[in-house]
Parts: sequence; C-alpha cells; structure tokens
Amino acid sequence: MNAPQRSAGAAIEIRKASKRYGAFTALNDIDLHIRPGEFMTLLGPSGSGKTTTLNLIAGFTDISSGTLEIGGKSVTGLPSHKRNIGVVFQHYALFPHITVGKNVAYPLALRGIKGEDRDKRVRRALDMVKMADFAHRYPNELSGGQQQRVALARALVFDPPLLLMDEPLGALDKKLREWLQLEIKRIHRELGTTFVYVTHDQEEALVLSDRIAVFNGGRIEQIGTGRELYDNPATLFVGRFIGESTVLRGTAEAAGSDTVMTVGDRKVLAHGRLAGDARPVILLRPERVALKRPGADAVAGENRLTGAVAEAIYLGSGSKYEVRLRDGTVAVVRSPLGAPDFSIGETVDVAFMPADLTLLPDDASADVTLT
Amino acid sequence: MPDRPALLTRLRPRGAVWLAAPAVAVLLLVLAYPLAIVVWRSFTDPALGIDNYVWFFQSAVNRTVLQRTFIVAGWVTLASLVCAYPYAYAMTIAGRNMRLALILCVLVPFWLSGVVRTLAWVILLQDSGVINSMLRGLGLSPVKLIRTLPGVVIGMTQVLLPFMILPIYSVMKGIDTRLLQAARSLGAKPWRAFLQIYVPLSLPGVYAGVIIVFILSLGFYITPALLGGPRSTMLSSLVQNQVLSLLNWGRGGAMGVVLLVATFVLLAMAAPLMRQKHSAARREA
Amino acid sequence: MPSFPRVLLGLFCLLVAVLLLAPTLVVIPMSFNGNKSLAFPPDGFSWQWYENFLTNPDWTTSFTNSLFIALIVAVVATAVGTLAAFGVTRAAARTGGLLRALLITPMVVPGVVLAIGIYAVYLDTHLVGTVTGFVLAHTMLAIPFVLIAVQASLEVFDRRLETAAGSLGANRLTVFRTVTLPLILPGVLSGALFAFITSFDEIIVALFITSPYLKTLPVQIYTSITRDADPTVAAVGTLLFFATSLIIIAGLLFGMRRGRT
Repeated sequence: MNAPQRSAGAAIEIRKASKRYGAFTALNDIDLHIRPGEFMTLLGPSGSGKTTTLNLIAGFTDISSGTLEIGGKSVTGLPSHKRNIGVVFQHYALFPHITVGKNVAYPLALRGIKGEDRDKRVRRALDMVKMADFAHRYPNELSGGQQQRVALARALVFDPPLLLMDEPLGALDKKLREWLQLEIKRIHRELGTTFVYVTHDQEEALVLSDRIAVFNGGRIEQIGTGRELYDNPATLFVGRFIGESTVLRGTAEAAGSDTVMTVGDRKVLAHGRLAGDARPVILLRPERVALKRPGADAVAGENRLTGAVAEAIYLGSGSKYEVRLRDGTVAVVRSPLGAPDFSIGETVDVAFMPADLTLLPDDASADVTLT
Repeated sequence: MPDRPALLTRLRPRGAVWLAAPAVAVLLLVLAYPLAIVVWRSFTDPALGIDNYVWFFQSAVNRTVLQRTFIVAGWVTLASLVCAYPYAYAMTIAGRNMRLALILCVLVPFWLSGVVRTLAWVILLQDSGVINSMLRGLGLSPVKLIRTLPGVVIGMTQVLLPFMILPIYSVMKGIDTRLLQAARSLGAKPWRAFLQIYVPLSLPGVYAGVIIVFILSLGFYITPALLGGPRSTMLSSLVQNQVLSLLNWGRGGAMGVVLLVATFVLLAMAAPLMRQKHSAARREA
Repeated sequence: MPSFPRVLLGLFCLLVAVLLLAPTLVVIPMSFNGNKSLAFPPDGFSWQWYENFLTNPDWTTSFTNSLFIALIVAVVATAVGTLAAFGVTRAAARTGGLLRALLITPMVVPGVVLAIGIYAVYLDTHLVGTVTGFVLAHTMLAIPFVLIAVQASLEVFDRRLETAAGSLGANRLTVFRTVTLPLILPGVLSGALFAFITSFDEIIVALFITSPYLKTLPVQIYTSITRDADPTVAAVGTLLFFATSLIIIAGLLFGMRRGRT
C-alpha cells in the first residue's frame, strides 16, 4: 500500500522580490525561504500579497524585481508549463469535457507516459485521495469536496517536487473543510513533497502548517511555527491576526529594564522594553489572563485591571469572557474548567503576570484589517 | 481600485489582438476598399466635384424616392413594433411549451431562403393570391396589394419582424416581475404599473429593435423590387439601376453614400440612447 | 392578469404567428402545383417541379455552385472569425470593443452599397463571376456571424481551465487543442452554420458579381421569379427549408448529447 520512492520536495528561495502592477505594489521586497518537504502556509487578509507570491512561484505572473529559485535553479522567465509544479485552485478547474480518470491522466499524457504505467499511476493517485471509484464519472457529477480531491490527485499524479494550493477549501462547508484539512496533512506526510498553501483562515494555517508566513500589505511580517507566532508575535498585526488577544494602550514610561503603562487609572508592569521610540502596546493572550473577584486572591507582582463582564460564553472545555475595562477596552479571557463563574454585569478584576504579556510597537493598520 | 489578482489572473498578452488580423485584412480588402471606391467615384465620376449629389437632390423624382424610402422604413418599423411588442411580452409570460412554440414561429422564417420568401409574398399578395381569395371568400371585394406600397410594407414587415421581436424579448426577459408586484402592493392599478414601470424598463430593447429594423429597411432591395411596381421604387433599386444598367458609378455611388450616411447617422444617434437607458434599467432592476 | 386581456393577447399572437409563418405555409403547397402558375390555391398535384429542379442544368449547376462556395466560405470564415473572436475577447477592453464594432460593420452597411463597391473592385481585378470573388465577398459578410457565435462561447468559457492545463505542463497550442477548442465547439460550429447559410442564401452582392458561367442558386431563383411564374422556385424553397430544419435539429440533438459540459 505504501507509495514507492517519490522525488524529494524542492526548496524555494525568494529574495527581495517585488511585484508591481502599474502604480500599485502588490509585493514589496519580500524574502522567503521554504525548506524541502516543508508545509508552508502563506497567511494573510485579502490583498496582502500571499496569492501574488503563489502566482510568482507557479509562473502565472512575472516577478518585477528580485530573484526566485526553485530547487536551487532560477526560474525567472521560465513559463509555468515548464516548471513541473502541481497547482490546486480554489474552484477546482477540472476539465468538464473529460472524465475524472482522463483529468488525472492529463499531465501524464503530456509527459509521454502511456499505457499500463499511466493507468497504474492514475489509480494510485485516485487511491491516495480515496476517489478510485469515480474514475469514469464526469466532474459535474461530483460534489465540491469530491472535485477538490480529484484536483489534488491530478496535481500530484506526476510526482512534482512542489505543490501549490490557493485557498482550496474556501468554497466548502465547515465539516468538509476540517476533514479535508486532515486528509491534506496526511498526504503531505506520506509524500514528502513541499506544500505551499495560501489561506486567510488562521485556524486552518495552525492545523496544517510546519511554518506560517504572515502577509500584510505586500510585506511578510513574520515567519515561524504556529507556536512561535502565537506566543511571540513580532508585530501587533501578527498578534491580532493569529488567535484571540487583548490589546492594552496607554501612556508608557521606562522603569529600568521594564516598562510601566498607565491603563485607565491603573499602572501595569511589563517585563522588558521596546527598542527605539515606538509607542508600545501590551498584547495579552486569553489563556494567560484570569478573572478574579475585585481585590480577592491577590498574587505578588500581578497586574490587575477592573471592569464589568460584557459577555459570558460556556464552551464545555471552559468558559470565555469578554470584560469591558474602565477605559473602554474589551478584554478577552479564557477560564479553564473549575475556575469560578462570573455573570454578565458583574464587576471583576482581570489579572495577569508581567511575564505573560507581549510588548509590541503600536501599528494603526493592525486593527483596521480585522474588522 | 488597483488590479488585485487572484491566483488565476486573466493573462493579457498583448499579442492577442493580432489574432484578429486575418479578419481585419478581409474586411479591408472587401469592405473598406470597395466603400472607399464608392465614395471616391461619387466625387470624381465623371468629373471632380459634387455634381452627382447636386443632380440627386435637384431631381424631384429622386427626392420622392428618398422620401419614400424613409417613409416606408418608418411604416415598416412602426408595424413591426406594434406586432412585436405584445408578441415579445407574451413570450415572457408563456409557459415553457408555448414559449418554445412562439420562439419557433420567430425562427422558422429564417429557414426559408430570403428570395423564396419574397416569392411567397408575391403569391400571397397577387390579385389571384391568397389574401384576395380569402377576401373574396368572405364576400369582400378584392384589394390590389401587389405592386403597391402597402404590399411592400407588409412583405418587408414580415421579413424584419424577428429582428424586432428578438431584441425586445431579450430585454423583457431580464425585467424583474417582482417590480410590478411591488408597484401593485403600493396601490398602482395593473395597467398603471405596466405603463409606468414595465414599459420604461423594456425601452432599451425597443430602441435596439427600432434601430435595427429601420436601418435594415433603408437598405432593403429585393423585396421592394419584386413586390413593388414602378411607383414604389426605393433608393437601393435606384442605386442598382444606375450601376448595373447604366454603368454610372458617379450617380449610383452618390446615392449609395446618401444611404450610408443616413445609416451611420442613425447608428450614432442610437448608441448613446441605448447605453444610457440600459444602465438605468440595470440599476433599477 | 385577468383573462380577457390574456385572450386578446393570445389572439394577437396567433395573428402575428400566422404572419410570420405565412410564406412557409404558402410555398410548400405551391411546390406541388399541378399547373405552371403561381395562382393560389394550387390546382392538382405534381412532383414535376422537384423533378425539374433535380434535372434542369440551370438549377443543378447553380445549386452545386452555391454549395461549393458556401462550404469554402464556411471553412474560411469560421477559421478567420474564430481567431478574431479570440483577439477581441482577450484584448484590452477598449481595443476589443473597438475591434468588435469594426468587425460587425458588414452587418450594418446597406447591402447594395457594398455590392456596387465590390462590383467596381472586381471589375478591375477580373474577379467578377469567379469562385474567389464570391468566397471573398461572402466571407466578409459571414465574419460578423462567426464572431458573435464564437464570442458567446468564449465569454462563458472559464479561462482558469487554461491556466490549470498550463500548470500541468501543456504549452499554449496543446491547451487550445485539448481544453479550449472542445469546450467552445458549440459556438464554433454554430458560427460555421451561420457562415454557410449566409453564403448559400446571399443575393444582393451575388446579383452584381454573377456571370453566365457562374450563377448561384439565389440568383437563379431571382431570375426565375422575374422571368416567369415557375413553381420550381417553390420546390427549391421547400427542399432548402427541410434541409435546414434537419441540420438544425441534428445540431440541437448533438448539442444535447454533449450537454454535460
């Protein structure tokens, strides 16, 4: 049942790449190094440049400046049909006038692979996506999820060293999407091909990827594993885009090697200081914050801000609260199972340790994109 | 808004336009060049100048023919519109099978060769023809239709009717019937709703049909020649006569240019009319 | 809508339908006329006019001429028109619109003006009464029809399929052959049919550029009508009518079988 030896995944090296359309710059001087066999997700809101980057790698559009190497060789000027890359598109792009089997066989026929060898490889590809019984059907007889699986088989049947996927699950419903995410992960593990995946859904990125590159406004803000991006976001945009967070703003002063920020009427201590003179904000992850009765259960060194519960949601695995603080900021808090319950309207203290927060330079664009 | 590409951007290689080159070449050879010759000769045959045009407009006979051509075109357009509008409307409210039948009736005439169709009208209109036989059968006196202007109008209307029906139908198809329901719910009587809401929205199709039929009528040639007599000559017959029988390219060309200019003037007038109204309909619908 | 206006509408449509169908309803019976006259209703029943069409050299030659020319025009106009449709659809918006308007002009210019111009040119270039002359003129007239038909197919064609084929390794020509062409075939074929019919039926230009050695069927019909009352014309019309209907029905059935696309 195991697939025979496949070509190892290709590495991708993008250096100082820019893409301009007339006066509009879609990509601004980006650097991206994708390791062989890695599952890299390009994550960001619409118009952030992630799809443009995929277009460049695929050869659907030309780079304006910078270099692009795939598998150690420069591909600038190389047309897409010579790059030997598999591409899966958001709306499947299956050829409607031929059967599923012929669709999957198409790239093999182009490469001169015929007869029994071809049939065997088509069958293997369809088996991999669990669509072997549909070889004689036509694409319009299949559901969206089935078509996407066939598209995946077609893109992989010729053993490309690189697979590109452009929001392939965007048109499918939630349960199907979740199931297919796991299938894609499984196939990636089996094949060892380099996967580059584009999405705007940060949860999807966290499920699938080895590493994630976060795009914003034509630039890459941070590249790292999901854990790195979540625990140590490099910019406010990344902190806000990945997972949930609370952002505290106020006037800040240095205090030795720490920072003290006045939020509303309270002072908050944060470990560390920002380099340069950027105005700092404090980013808090919901799991690092606890809700306590005002003044009760004090712990040495902890920060406390008072507010009123605006929203209380029971999640089974715990509870999630939204607390409106005195200065108007809404804090998002996740309480584990067993923690005390609070009801809407109750006055509470939001408590967190100085080491459990992240100091980041303020960035006006970070909040706008998330509405 | 700048061009934000999806993965599958429409690649627009600049070379694509050149695929149309062979077609343009054919048109240059067999359309542009001949038309240029016609215009040229109208101003240079037999001598350089506007003599041919002067001759054309000075002759009372010619002026009558010109007038008649436009009047006939007007009558044909009006008759087509009157027949086409209710027919097109019926096509939109008909059930599936009835609509198919109605569409078939519009398309079937095209399957009969144009020349043969005119012969059919000769048969229908002649003194011993179908219409007169029916009239006689009903006890009415026979009407002289062959070689008369009304006969020509009837024949031309039948040929051009589909060109009026199809544009009107295609616009009517797109009108949201819920608009009429909304109007009625607001208190408008059915007829008022129809006149004030439906008709204005159908106008782009009406304009298109009117322009097409009028322009085609101006250039019509075979049907008036066969159905009409000497007293219903149209401009295109005069052109043919000058060139084919009299070999007078100057005069024939001048009349041709008059026809051409009339056509393009009408088109120029119609184009903005259809575009403006069309977008209004889209916005409202 | 209350039923009285509906009944009225129905009656009106019936009258219009009769008007539309009247020529067809008259020509078919006339083709079986027992006498050599065009009086209606026809007297007697005879196949002689069909026989005349199939045996009289005037008719058979003009028929084969028209067929031959129309076939060539169908091929040439479809090729040229399909290329043009690609050029128009895939050019920048304004250029494409301009080009399309230009290529539609044959439909808009009055036929007789075109005819005298072409006649003048052909007299100088000795193309009067030649197959080349006919093919050139008819191709020009047919291009708008092919353009409109193919463009209609092209506009609903999903270009992402071409990009996908490219990503799988197909070069431009292969993409056209294996993906684009099969999917726009209905438009191309209906364009070819329109081109054929346009040429086969063309009378206005034909009347000018015809010669005693090369007559097309419409010219022959026209001469027959103006010369004498010969029901053979009705027989020809009827035959052509049924031939066209058969082709169109066959085309529709073929289209339905491929309907999965």
